[in-house]
Amino acid sequence: MEEPSLLLSVFIYLLAAVVAVPIAKKLGLGAVLGYLLAGIIIGPWVLGLINEASHVMHFAEFGVVMLLFLIGLELNPSKLWEMRKPIIGQGGLQVLLSGLIITGIALLLGLRWQYAVVSGMALALSSTAIVLQIMNEKNLMPTPSGKSGFSILLFQDIAVIPMLAILPLLSVTGVGGESEGIVGVLKALVALALIYFAGKYLLPPTFRYIAATRMREVFTAFTLLLVVGVAVLMGAVGLSMALGTFMVGVLLSESEYRHELETNIEPFKGLLLGLFFISVGMTVNFGLLKNSPLLIMCLVTGLIAIKALVLYAIAVKSKLPSAERLSFSILLSQGGEFAFVLLSTAMSTGAIDEGTSGILTLVVALSMLTTPLLIVLIERYFTHPETASEKPEMDVPNEHNEVIIAGFGRVGQIVARMIGARNIGATVLDHNPEHIERIRKFGFKAYYGDATRMDLLETAGIAEAKILVIALDGNDQAVELAHEVSRKYPTIKILSRAWDVVHAIELMKAGVELPQRETMYSSLKIAEDVLKNLGYGAYEARQITAKFERHDHEILHGLYNAETMEDRISIGRDLRGKFEAQMKSDADYREKTEPDWS
Amino acid sequence: MKPPKILLIHAHPHPRKSKLNNRLLKAVADLEHVTVKQLYELYPDFQIDVEKEQQALLTHDLIIFQHPMYWYSAPAMLKEWQDCVLEHGFAYGENGTALTGKHFLSVVTAGSEKTSYDPIGRNRFTTEQLLAPFEQTAGLCNMLWQAPRIIYGAFKIDSKTLDQHCADYRHTLQHYTIETEQ
Repeated sequence: MEEPSLLLSVFIYLLAAVVAVPIAKKLGLGAVLGYLLAGIIIGPWVLGLINEASHVMHFAEFGVVMLLFLIGLELNPSKLWEMRKPIIGQGGLQVLLSGLIITGIALLLGLRWQYAVVSGMALALSSTAIVLQIMNEKNLMPTPSGKSGFSILLFQDIAVIPMLAILPLLSVTGVGGESEGIVGVLKALVALALIYFAGKYLLPPTFRYIAATRMREVFTAFTLLLVVGVAVLMGAVGLSMALGTFMVGVLLSESEYRHELETNIEPFKGLLLGLFFISVGMTVNFGLLKNSPLLIMCLVTGLIAIKALVLYAIAVKSKLPSAERLSFSILLSQGGEFAFVLLSTAMSTGAIDEGTSGILTLVVALSMLTTPLLIVLIERYFTHPETASEKPEMDVPNEHNEVIIAGFGRVGQIVARMIGARNIGATVLDHNPEHIERIRKFGFKAYYGDATRMDLLETAGIAEAKILVIALDGNDQAVELAHEVSRKYPTIKILSRAWDVVHAIELMKAGVELPQRETMYSSLKIAEDVLKNLGYGAYEARQITAKFERHDHEILHGLYNAETMEDRISIGRDLRGKFEAQMKSDADYREKTEPDWS
Repeated sequence: MKPPKILLIHAHPHPRKSKLNNRLLKAVADLEHVTVKQLYELYPDFQIDVEKEQQALLTHDLIIFQHPMYWYSAPAMLKEWQDCVLEHGFAYGENGTALTGKHFLSVVTAGSEKTSYDPIGRNRFTTEQLLAPFEQTAGLCNMLWQAPRIIYGAFKIDSKTLDQHCADYRHTLQHYTIETEQ
């Protein structure tokens, strides 16, 4: 069958994703399984719409690269350093144990020792894409098991490098390319150093320069350029692309453009990962499965069982909460995309034969299918919802801030300064690069980004925040933002600066309970000073001001409740008139009747 | 002999309308050894700077509470001042010796005549009885309670009597002495 044109392929992929994923989600199976099923359906064994999946898969693996970049952004170097123990301890243990056991079984099954070692290495690795996607979907990242899982994946990503390096040594046929030896290592080190210094010294000014153009698409283009560039560089020196972009991500994790970067890469990552899962679904060789179903089934079951048991032992040893152990073990029990890479490389260097490689590829692909299914089953039958959902919160301090401040101009700054003095952390967003630069010098953490964008606020953690402070310059933007946030996150408290009465009323309609007009309090203070300078006591002046303030508040609420414009005008006039009359008579009364003794 | 340093804590929410109390204050405010703290002017939000107030107490020898009689006591701010400034460990309790040996004087203006502050009068209690909380506060802080200076009949006071009161008050503070043990 002829392959469809590029555009038609794209159409088929997108259609498959759009149809399958929502259905899978609705059935409670999760997006990953949806993509995998979509791949199976459009693949050569069901509908046969697209038959050649390998080149798509190659391209889609870039989704994993972007995923690692995004994860790097979330981890600053000190956090990463804190994780060194679980990365080396748990990760090392997992790869070593699983690898040894699988190699041993492969030997028992009568494979050549070289093939057995390749199988052990390839199958010990788990799927970063699947695991992280599921962890994100279920919000497991901040839990103890999420952290352990991530550490293990990170170790695996690093372990791939030496694994690929020793493949030529395992060559049975002798086709293995000559090892690059010292030169290769040197090249890799130079590339890593280059990335480190560029990330640290070159990127921040470049980002500032690009951001100053205020063209979003240029910023997006630059972000993509960065990720692709690093991947190309790493590929050229034979290192893992994912590892390289992860490193750049970590280097940029403290940049003020972090949230903007995340938001820009997120959709690309999502689509490419989806594509990757689809291509995994397509590569499942059902022909092979049909020929020897029993063998394949046993291998898949065996693989999952071995890896899950090793992981369970690690979970016990590292004292993960007992409620999380089972799902943790299953989560990482599949083979991963690196297995595909290792197996194809091994085949080209003659470290494994085609037959074994084909079977192993099928086993890995099938095992990837099982994980989302098993997770669904575990959730349904083995977890008690209370323990599962409450435990993580107790174990992990929520690292996200309770307060988000949108806009870091004159208003936002004062708010941030005061709550900062109380050690209350706030995530600050502003879209003016020069602004942020200046503020950072004073030790505030502000992030570059258009705070009116919902997706950016979501990466900034609005779903978990308690308070949103809107201190934006644009009146309409403030109203729009308040409206969107209050609709999507009705429990969050929105506090907002307002320009004037009209703006305040619009904000109230958009869900801000008590907007503060920006000139209100300074004007009241000046009026209070006028009174004091006319001989009123400070306390008395304060009382009069407070009274006026209360009344003004009433007027605002009266206007807010008014139905029509005419209503508003007449209500405003009435209330104001009444109030002023009352204040006057109050003053007169006091002057005349109050005894002036004491 | 150097005159003792006097700290005059003044609490009147409406100085603009006060004739008697304000005049009394003006009569002594310019004395060199008198420091005046008008609480309602300093802290219109009731947010008292405790540390500053305590420092002021430390550097003075006679502490005066001057205020009108409001509901048989002082205006609310003076109570807030006591609550915040006379801290445990500063004014009383363990190591609370900052005020030990200082003199304490109440200067109170009352609207009605002295006769109403009497078991058979309208107010049923004498001012001395009503000032018992202040006396005991001074006592707990190891301050030496002085006979309070109470000026009655502010409602109907004439300017001649007013002048006389002011002159007396000024004279008292001018020549106030504290005997120090030698």
